[in-house]
Amino acid sequence: MSTIEVPRRPAVLSRIAAASWDTADVAGRNLLTQLRTPQALVFALVQPVIFVLLFRYAFGGAIRIPGVSYVDYLMPGIFAQTVCFGAIGTAVGLSADVRSGLLVRLRTLPMARIAVLGGRTAADLARNLAVVAVMTGVGFAAGFRTAQGAAGLLAALGLVLAFAYAASWAFAALGLRVSDPEAAQAAGVPVVFLLVFTSSAFVPVSSMPGWLQAVGAHQPVNALVNAERALILGGPAARDVLIAVAWTAGILAAATILSARIYARMSR
Amino acid sequence: MNGPAIAAEGLRKAFGQVTALDGLSFQVLAGSVLGLLGPNGSGKTTTVSILSTALRPDAGRATVCGRDVVADAAAVRGLIGFAGQFAAVDPNLTGRENLTLIGRLSRVDRKQARARADELLDSFGLSTAAGRLVRTYSGGMRRRLDVAAALLHRPPVLFLDEPTTGLDPESRLGLWESVRDLAHSGTTVLLTTQYLDEADALADEIVIIDSGRVADVGTPAELKSRFGSVVFDLGFAADADAEAAARVLTAGGYRPERAGAGIKVRSGSGSGAITQVLRALEGRAPDPVSVAVHEPTLDDVFLTLTQGGKAA
Repeated sequence: MSTIEVPRRPAVLSRIAAASWDTADVAGRNLLTQLRTPQALVFALVQPVIFVLLFRYAFGGAIRIPGVSYVDYLMPGIFAQTVCFGAIGTAVGLSADVRSGLLVRLRTLPMARIAVLGGRTAADLARNLAVVAVMTGVGFAAGFRTAQGAAGLLAALGLVLAFAYAASWAFAALGLRVSDPEAAQAAGVPVVFLLVFTSSAFVPVSSMPGWLQAVGAHQPVNALVNAERALILGGPAARDVLIAVAWTAGILAAATILSARIYARMSR
Repeated sequence: MNGPAIAAEGLRKAFGQVTALDGLSFQVLAGSVLGLLGPNGSGKTTTVSILSTALRPDAGRATVCGRDVVADAAAVRGLIGFAGQFAAVDPNLTGRENLTLIGRLSRVDRKQARARADELLDSFGLSTAAGRLVRTYSGGMRRRLDVAAALLHRPPVLFLDEPTTGLDPESRLGLWESVRDLAHSGTTVLLTTQYLDEADALADEIVIIDSGRVADVGTPAELKSRFGSVVFDLGFAADADAEAAARVLTAGGYRPERAGAGIKVRSGSGSGAITQVLRALEGRAPDPVSVAVHEPTLDDVFLTLTQGGKAA
């Protein structure tokens, strides 16, 4: 046998480029997989639309929010709810890859380590973008109007997507720890339920009992919903947006570090 | 031949209280096929995981083509192909898409990855299924695709972890053929298996491991002659017939083990010795009603190894 050529370690810049390509390849695979799993598509797209229609028409009549039509109050809440439940999908997808052994195979490839998690969260960001776009359309059809015009709405949706991205990283950590999609789903749903329904997503936190207000007013989903409302409905937005951005950045930083560490520890 | 393509020295690995590897050392010559043979839980998968950089050892070191699997893992990954115990292919991608993806992630450029994918689909008999989603594949097809995926970047060293477990006999033979082709083309192959016949058919050398340690090393022929005793099972119509036959065999220098109407006779000189056994009985004892010949099995080898003795 002739001597074996060992690939040389590429320079930093080309390594970053290669890592980006790897991330894009993994993201492309995840998107394709989702498109080919009809249940996942239904869960991602149809369910949020049903929620919009349900709250708008079935519950909306009984909920009175002073000074604002309920559909305008509802939409920021339902954006937040949708991306939070969508983030569970990150955990479910990753845990399925752990279980199938795909993650072990990927660890033996000369690809960038970060691409496994980066590609998964990027694909989920793309999915969230599509879902939020569809929901916005449905919202408008159901009577949703933005007092602050397109700029306010786009800023709010940008915030929603950034939050969704951070939440995906947080749930990536869960997915890596639980090598079973059903378990990941079961662990994720109660957390999201609590965060969404104690927030002001559907009803004002001020209408809740005092002890619950204390919880509801100081958690990330509530901060996101408040910031969205300020941007979409008008009023002083700076403080709410700042709080939401701080939560998002904090979650993103903590979750990327945590997920990357769990992923690295999987080879111990 | 150059030096070893794979070298493991004193590998140790524990998962909590469970010791998976307890100082494992062995070498694989470049261009050869090594069979890592052992029962469930003996440490085969842990060994392959460490050598393919998916897992870090607690102690000891290992190299692939001279590169350390921990310190120089990135370089090692460019040199190896790995197909794990579970066909790690995406059921929602087609066969071709799976291969192209793994090819891209193995740093083969897009055009080459496509060409190589088609080449491999062809040589693994998956051309007609290339455009179908993998969730419609049979177990054997998935497994072949999984092995093909390990070969996208033409690695000089290939790891296969129980490649034929759960396959039907035809798929099994097909996979054996593929491994032989790879070996002929100069690829170094390390495969784990629970089946002696598989190691026998494919491996130039066999390392038997038990409880995370090397129990023995040798070529298939060496190991079989050392541990393998062919067992003849003779069945008789009645216990008394078997008793009579056992007496005749004992007188003839054999060591029959009788249980009811059955007799076991071990032979150290291959299955051909059945002729002599039957001849010894002829006319002196009732004829057996059934005769079965059992070739040496991994069970024999392990029983012998764990009992510390060596068969005749």
